[in-house]
Amino acid sequence: MPEAHKPRPLNIHVQGWLLALPAVVLLAAFTHIPAVATVIDSFFSTPHGRRPADFVGLAQYRNMLTDPVFWLALRNNLLYALITVPVSVGLALAMALWVKDRIKGRAALRLAFFTPTVLPMVAAANIWIFFYTPDYGLLNQIMRAVGLGSVNWLGSVETALPAMMAVTVWKESGFFMVFFLAALQQVPPVLYEAARMENASRWMVFRRITWPLVMPTTLFVAVNALINAFRVVDQVIAMTGGGPNNATTLLLFYIYQVAFSFWDTAYAAALSTVLLSVLALISFLQFFLLDRKIHYR
Amino acid sequence: MSDRLTSSISTAAAWIFGLIWALPLLYAIWAAFHPSAYATHFDLTAPLSLENFTRAWAAAPFARYFLNTTLLVLGIMAAQFVICTLAAFGLARWKLFGGEVLFALILVQLMVTPDVLILENYRTLRTLGLIDTLTGIGLPYVASAFGIFLLRQSFKSIPKELDDAARVEGANTLQTIWRVYLPLARPIYVAYGLVSISYHWNNFLWPLIVTNSTETRPLTVGLQVFASGDQGIDWSVICAAALMTSAPLLVAFLLFQRAFIQSFLRAGIR
Repeated sequence: MPEAHKPRPLNIHVQGWLLALPAVVLLAAFTHIPAVATVIDSFFSTPHGRRPADFVGLAQYRNMLTDPVFWLALRNNLLYALITVPVSVGLALAMALWVKDRIKGRAALRLAFFTPTVLPMVAAANIWIFFYTPDYGLLNQIMRAVGLGSVNWLGSVETALPAMMAVTVWKESGFFMVFFLAALQQVPPVLYEAARMENASRWMVFRRITWPLVMPTTLFVAVNALINAFRVVDQVIAMTGGGPNNATTLLLFYIYQVAFSFWDTAYAAALSTVLLSVLALISFLQFFLLDRKIHYR
Repeated sequence: MSDRLTSSISTAAAWIFGLIWALPLLYAIWAAFHPSAYATHFDLTAPLSLENFTRAWAAAPFARYFLNTTLLVLGIMAAQFVICTLAAFGLARWKLFGGEVLFALILVQLMVTPDVLILENYRTLRTLGLIDTLTGIGLPYVASAFGIFLLRQSFKSIPKELDDAARVEGANTLQTIWRVYLPLARPIYVAYGLVSISYHWNNFLWPLIVTNSTETRPLTVGLQVFASGDQGIDWSVICAAALMTSAPLLVAFLLFQRAFIQSFLRAGIR
């Protein structure tokens, strides 16, 4: 009597929810409730000693508007996104195109491109600090060899942020390359053969065949790179601590600093709310402006 | 410009970038395996030495850090497998009341990862008395939206007939999952496992906040404490320590390059 083994409709709902229950509880406890609590906390003052938190309305946000470090962190973070996203996505595509072709030593190239991805950011950051060391570091030795002066890459306001961006690009591109490699393998070879018959130039082939066909991947990768750009923090802590003069302070690092060094928790909550809004905006873009089929379905 | 010329220019560019990409790591390897005196000047006759590694190993409790990280990544992975499998199954196979909304809410975590909510999550952990414990480091990551999403997709592709067949033989839900779904979704578990291990091996901000003793610190935090401590600036030793902390993943990657790349792919697309 096989019918007897099929769970009845109500039973299914109860069983299904019971199965999902541990995940639901944990997700609520560590994602949804804290997200809402962060927003609520941003309307209160930081409790001190016995003085409890008072409702202060938008005072934290008014402080934020006059906080130069916040504006600097926001500016740095926008710059970070604006530069690292296109550069790492573009390089990732170039790497994928190189590695896909029967180029000499493609295995070695693929290894060189992808290996940084596997390293912990903290380890990579320390290696790069050494690479950037004034006077003795490899980069400055090379600069001297070609007749340029030594630069204190991480120590000067002008170069610290770009130097850190380079580390991000170095570490991310190889990861994104993998997605482009997969996308390139999906391009029907017939198209390339047809292009060859027509004697199309390499640029034409890229422009008319490759680029449009990898577009969904490009968008997917770009959105991921964008999210990552607003969550950068490991290399800031490991390499500069936000310095010199806050030149490398990014949003998440500033939140970390305000919350765990200055212990101004209410202000940190307001800053977190800003970061949450940025992430919400990106997901809005992802789900409503881009083709939904590309993403999580 | 002829195509031949473009092609050689492209190959040359590929090699230049390849070299630039390999350079920092090669430099660190050079420094780590030679005596400090040779850290910044290159001489092919420089003697090889493991002294930097032994000095790093002796200067900080790296053995303990390795143990902590290993326990942490394996614990998180095991817990993720259990919790995500159960939730994914419920969402994949049955049209649950409110299932769509639930799934959408779960996906929120893809964007709002625990590291964005450090402040509130720290408070929660303090309330639970889990500050400075391995459980505390792992707990926010155990119900992973990514894992649920990934497993749900793969469970959906498993034919319903197999499920029915198992039930006809008298298997209950958990037995069905164990006998039918787990074996068929094995490649997905391998992929997810590799991604999870490399993510948590490398995770830094949250463990940095939650831990404050040697007994709980994972490698990444240990390395940071070591590198920013009072070693003076002996780059050879710091490079050795950095390589040491990355070594298990790096070696695993070199051995199973294909599996790693496949896993990242499988995990990212779909």
